[in-house]
Amino acid sequence: MNRLTTNNRNKTVWPLVMPTWLVLGVFFLLPLGIVFVVSFAQRGAYGELKPVTDFWQHLSSGEFLANYGRSLDPLYLGIGWRSLWIATVTTGLCLLIGYPVAYYIALLARPHRKNLLLALVVVPFWTSFLIRTYAWMLILRTEGLVNTLLLQAGLIGEPLDLLYNEFAVLVGLVYGELPFMVLPIYAALEKLDRSLLEASTDLGAPPWSTFWRVTVPLTMPGIVAGVVLVFIPSLGQFIVSDLLGGSKSILVGNLIQNQFTVARNKPFGAAISFELMAVVLAMLLAYTWYAKRGGGNREI
Amino acid sequence: MKSETCLAPGRVWLAAHAWLVYLFLYAPIVILILFSFNRAKQTAVWEGFTLEWYAKLVRNELILRSVKNSLLVAAITTAVSTVIGTMAALALDRGPARSKLPTQTLLYLPVIIPEIVLGAALVTFFGAVHWRLGLGTVVIAHVVFSISYVAIVVRARLAGFDRSLEEAAMDLGATPVQTFFRVTLPLILPGIVAGALLVFTISIDDYVITSFVAGVGATTLPLQIYSMLKVGVTPEVNAVCALLLVFTVVLIVTAERLLRRSG
Repeated sequence: MNRLTTNNRNKTVWPLVMPTWLVLGVFFLLPLGIVFVVSFAQRGAYGELKPVTDFWQHLSSGEFLANYGRSLDPLYLGIGWRSLWIATVTTGLCLLIGYPVAYYIALLARPHRKNLLLALVVVPFWTSFLIRTYAWMLILRTEGLVNTLLLQAGLIGEPLDLLYNEFAVLVGLVYGELPFMVLPIYAALEKLDRSLLEASTDLGAPPWSTFWRVTVPLTMPGIVAGVVLVFIPSLGQFIVSDLLGGSKSILVGNLIQNQFTVARNKPFGAAISFELMAVVLAMLLAYTWYAKRGGGNREI
Repeated sequence: MKSETCLAPGRVWLAAHAWLVYLFLYAPIVILILFSFNRAKQTAVWEGFTLEWYAKLVRNELILRSVKNSLLVAAITTAVSTVIGTMAALALDRGPARSKLPTQTLLYLPVIIPEIVLGAALVTFFGAVHWRLGLGTVVIAHVVFSISYVAIVVRARLAGFDRSLEEAAMDLGATPVQTFFRVTLPLILPGIVAGALLVFTISIDDYVITSFVAGVGATTLPLQIYSMLKVGVTPEVNAVCALLLVFTVVLIVTAERLLRRSG
């Protein structure tokens, strides 16, 4: 009897997942496969793919790795390092700014206000990233709000260069990614058993010591989840660096976009895309391993 | 006692920090909306209230056409991905445990991999199969990342679902189809609608992936805004951005309420 029902279920379930597999199989997995193959090809004179005449020669001469080799050129390697660096600083800043906010909402705010305070963190995240980035152009540009106010107050003689530099990129990224840090840390703090904090205090630990030795270790799963969730999109973005960073601060995202548009070098763009994806997937695997190893019973 | 007095100043600092962060989150949005009513054309100085930029917007052919494109794409995307995503969520909720993992992984991947990689993959694919870029390819791209969001939201709804209601309906002689349409669907409908609203917003807002697969004739609103931004800051951009912001916030708050009321 039992067996019959599970068999029946199996039958009813397959038609339900078929459309998902069909759509994502054809328009997601297959395209990823094609890009992977293209990343080993060469670009023709007009941006088209150069046909490979002698497959074995292409393989044995190592020519198929040319795009990956080219990406190790100091110019591109520098862009890669700077992207990693910007993503790291963004993640660090988000953690520094976001943890206290999550702490305040989870442990200090009045219970009936928690939902509202949390919703206020989430709502901007759902609005257009492009528009929120643009809002910072209004604030930071030469004729922008900050410069106008400072000039009117007589604090500066001429406008400051606030836009089109790394500072502006960091502001835009932290602004965009902050909710990703606050939410998982909040979830971890919410689950925290408060009697442990009281116990630590009762045993004579000063507040700082309680925080570092009890609260932080117990909320580490939330911190790690937040770090992953902020780092990954910061690494791959290109709107912020394009709009706020100007032409000088090219990041990996801009480089990829460039190869597919202006430079018309799909194979090279494909190779960098895969390198980016490899970094992202490596991070995710490390995270899954951490979570499985007992990094708390968290859930995303 | 001692810890209370020690915590007090800390609490004030934390509260102050939290309010500063809220200011940081909302000031740019408020400033943008205020500027859209500012008569000044180039500077950040307030020169009086005006609706001029909104009036100009309504007469701007390019913007109107891009709004039409965006609404069309978002509507089709939402319809298609809501149906497919809900089906996947049902399957994940009811299916045998061992067959879940592949589908679950497949659903998470489009959300997790960098948008730019997805855009690059799709444009390469469309090129390889000689598919002309246009609104059709934009819809396909949006459906790819939307299914996951619907599936995740609806599945969360299903997790809190009381299965005994379905069993009761079956015991009373309802066919599985009747049970689905009369019991299951009405109960998970708030989750489905919330998922649909979220996907509609994401589709309306998407720039990165769309910029890869849109081609020449299929300019959506974010693409139009971006190209205007690259030329320079104008009050008209402020007006269109303010409208889009308000529109998406209304959708999101509605979705959020639906989820909470039914939860």
